[in-house]
Amino acid sequence: MSEPAAQSLGQAGSRLSRRKLLKAGGALIVGFAFAGQATAAPAAATARGTLAGPPDPERIDTWLAIHADNTATLYFGKCELGQGNTTGLLQIAGEELDLAMSQMAAVRLDTNVTPDQQATSSSSSIERGGPQVRAAAAEARQALLLRASQKLGVQVGSLVVAKGVVSIDGEPNRSVTYGELIGDKPFAIKFTGTAPRKPPSQYKLVGTRVPRVDIPDKVAGKYVHMQHVRVANMLHGRVVRPRGQRAYGSGAKVKDLDEGSIAHIPGARVVRRGDFVGVVAEREWDAIRAAKELKIAWQDPPLLPEQPHLPIVLRDAQSTDTVVVNVGNVDAGFAGAAHVASARFFSPYQAHAVFGPNCALADVKADGALVLSSTQDVYASRKMLATLLGMPDERVRVQYYEGSGTYGHSCYEDAPQAAAIMSQAVGRPVRVQFMRWDELGWDNYGPAQVAAVRAAVDDDGNIIAYTYDGWQHGWHTDETSTELALQKTPPERSAGSFSIIVNRMSTGSMYRIANRRVTSHAVPMAGLLKGSPLRSPLDMALSFASEQTIDELAFAVKMDPFEFRRKNMGDTRWLGVLEAVAKAASWIPAPAASRRSHAEIVTGRGIAVGTHHVSYGAAVAEIEVNTRSGTIVAKRLYGALDCGLAVNPALVENQIVGMLVQATSRMLKEEVTFDHNGVTSLDWASYPVLRFAEHPDCTPIVVQRIDEPSSGAGEEVMGAAGAAIANAFFDATGARLRQYPLTPERVRAALAGRNTGN
Amino acid sequence: MADPLRIRVNGRDWPVRASPDTPLLYVLTNELELHGPRFGCGLAQCGSCSVLADGVEIRSCVTPVAAVANRSITTLEGLPAWYAEQKGLSSPPALHPLQQAFIDVQALHCGYCYNGMTVKGAELLANNPSPSEADIRKTMNGHLCRCGTYPRVMKAIQLAARAIAGGTP
Ligand code: FES
Ligand code: FES
Repeated sequence: MSEPAAQSLGQAGSRLSRRKLLKAGGALIVGFAFAGQATAAPAAATARGTLAGPPDPERIDTWLAIHADNTATLYFGKCELGQGNTTGLLQIAGEELDLAMSQMAAVRLDTNVTPDQQATSSSSSIERGGPQVRAAAAEARQALLLRASQKLGVQVGSLVVAKGVVSIDGEPNRSVTYGELIGDKPFAIKFTGTAPRKPPSQYKLVGTRVPRVDIPDKVAGKYVHMQHVRVANMLHGRVVRPRGQRAYGSGAKVKDLDEGSIAHIPGARVVRRGDFVGVVAEREWDAIRAAKELKIAWQDPPLLPEQPHLPIVLRDAQSTDTVVVNVGNVDAGFAGAAHVASARFFSPYQAHAVFGPNCALADVKADGALVLSSTQDVYASRKMLATLLGMPDERVRVQYYEGSGTYGHSCYEDAPQAAAIMSQAVGRPVRVQFMRWDELGWDNYGPAQVAAVRAAVDDDGNIIAYTYDGWQHGWHTDETSTELALQKTPPERSAGSFSIIVNRMSTGSMYRIANRRVTSHAVPMAGLLKGSPLRSPLDMALSFASEQTIDELAFAVKMDPFEFRRKNMGDTRWLGVLEAVAKAASWIPAPAASRRSHAEIVTGRGIAVGTHHVSYGAAVAEIEVNTRSGTIVAKRLYGALDCGLAVNPALVENQIVGMLVQATSRMLKEEVTFDHNGVTSLDWASYPVLRFAEHPDCTPIVVQRIDEPSSGAGEEVMGAAGAAIANAFFDATGARLRQYPLTPERVRAALAGRNTGN
Repeated sequence: MADPLRIRVNGRDWPVRASPDTPLLYVLTNELELHGPRFGCGLAQCGSCSVLADGVEIRSCVTPVAAVANRSITTLEGLPAWYAEQKGLSSPPALHPLQQAFIDVQALHCGYCYNGMTVKGAELLANNPSPSEADIRKTMNGHLCRCGTYPRVMKAIQLAARAIAGGTP
């Protein structure tokens, strides 16, 4: 295997030499030699990386290179987040090129090297990144076959390819390899997107359970996570902030700073820019001590609301309202109802709670910067860094190193910005790792939501009217480091693309409902907490409220909740996941709460559906409730997902298991807490997540649809899983919980309420 | 000057440059440049930094390096050799059976928590060759995984136990 491939993801040494760091060339003033390319002889490869990207997406050479040894390097713009998308994208490329997995490797994302495929978010790698890769690979194959036909003197139509060896059909001895045809030379052709793709019926690699390419190195401790990277002459940095973020919009203003307070720590010094405060030191432990011991006083912040008042604050805020869906006549629908279910629900702020806090390394010089981080979008990250550093975009090079699973916009931009500010100030490379309290306290949280849901059935059990109103704020635009350094009051975004709108897909779209209205009430973020996408943004809140309401309708008409849903669904794909999950769970129909016991520990099961924007998710939960302590144990979860063509069903199964466990954690345990001054959930004791002993057995079910386009597979079971747990609680106890997490206190209160007849 | 502090890691002696109060984690990552132990919380709450000290799992993020001067430290990198020693094998396998099991069940997502999962799981298997599900839940409870891979860690530990019982190096 050629050098660039061999040194791809996970195999680059973690200590990169100063010599490579300073290697200059073209527009690249500062930069580690791109992993592997310093030693790669081929002309095509050495040219890569010397110029600021993005490389021209309309050139085939941007997407792949074929080497003399008949291997290929693929250049993807979607990053490995531990979901296995590198493996999936390689399968797609290998399928079209007729190469085996062992003949291909991908390189790490790098703004000087890899194409701009936009952010690796919304589970878009395979859905939106895949078709581009497929088309580029198909076009490369077409060009290679053309060359082969000239070389072998036959029509393209009589050629066959296996493992990059092109031969004449029926004459296997007359053959030529891809490597011989092009061997490290550029294709130098335009990417037209017109080459024929293989029909799915001929897939040999796509649709199979190829093992993940990143796992062996991760298991052996050879993988290079961002947190492992060290460079010569580097300083260790830490940020210094109040413990726990304050009301959004007010930042944190330094009142007094005593730099002398860390004079006793060897080599430690303060870096200050505006209200951004950091410390650097030669040794990591000294940087940590300095951050802790620095005497700093902050101005009093504007007050946050009392946490218990948050639902009222959201509900009463001046909101910007959008009617997302309005079909039929909702009022007329409710007028003809046999039963109406109507309730308010509340979902808390939740944190990304990245297991390994974000880390980044920056080397900023007068005329250029190199920044390594775990950003989900290297090009967007570059733009933000360039603004912060006062440089043109092309002077900043960003390279992606996988961090710890992030599940949305954690502090992965904040850490590199902090590193860049400090490196610019001290003139040396600076590595910043966030401490546990930095990551949990200054995260961009998944926003809280208040929902009011109302739905009606007729006597025959048909859902005839449905309304969903959701109140929540949107997402941040500036990272904390930027806000503090530039002393910027962030722009308010209660409308437009940074406001999250209630998602029409998760709010009743799966049922045939003649009269349906969905309204999103965008609340200003100022004075509350900082929001951002968290895995399956808002969908857990939506499904929790919507699917409990659907369950109440089923209960009202004394129908089994699975049968009730099936009766009201028209779409075959929704029916597909619902039936698949019920079958896997051996669901025997019976109305909810019809088999309750009076034991101290009672059991229940629940079913629910949900999605993100695409794909179809369904889940069944089996739980135990200790009616005395109020503890809920999720014993077993089943999750079914239809994501169209599952390129690698094993990867999808792994995603489903992860979603079931994470959704259980969010439904039962997680809530960001705050007092008047700021966030108080700053470690694993104050922000508990599901622990090993508490995890449910999980059964993943992939509903494979080989002829449908692939759609997201990393988020779409979250909502269904959470709601299934809530519905299981009703089945077990006959009481509804309308606020999560479903903590023992809330369970006890709900059970007490039931007993007193509320 | 007194002799510098020395520690024994994966069967080798290392001089320590850090001050004696420095947590072991920072010596392992910055001086020995090991990739196994890694920072997660610094509070002994998550298991990301776990290593074995004389075969017992400890949290290197809160253990001063001076406290392990007379103990033998094994990190993720040293688990195959540690296993070989226990089993009296002439040479260490490429991977500890639990590492192989993690590959076999495709357990990981980001893999960041797998230092701790592997170190603790290996300790468990050394002490209890056929752990029940309840044993595994209890023993592993101090190790968090944000990606939600607990069910497959469970499967892998059971698989590794069977492999070890079957005489797998
Ligand atoms: S880093 Fe040591 S237990 Fe979390
Ligand atoms: S695999 Fe990501 S934290 Fe466990």
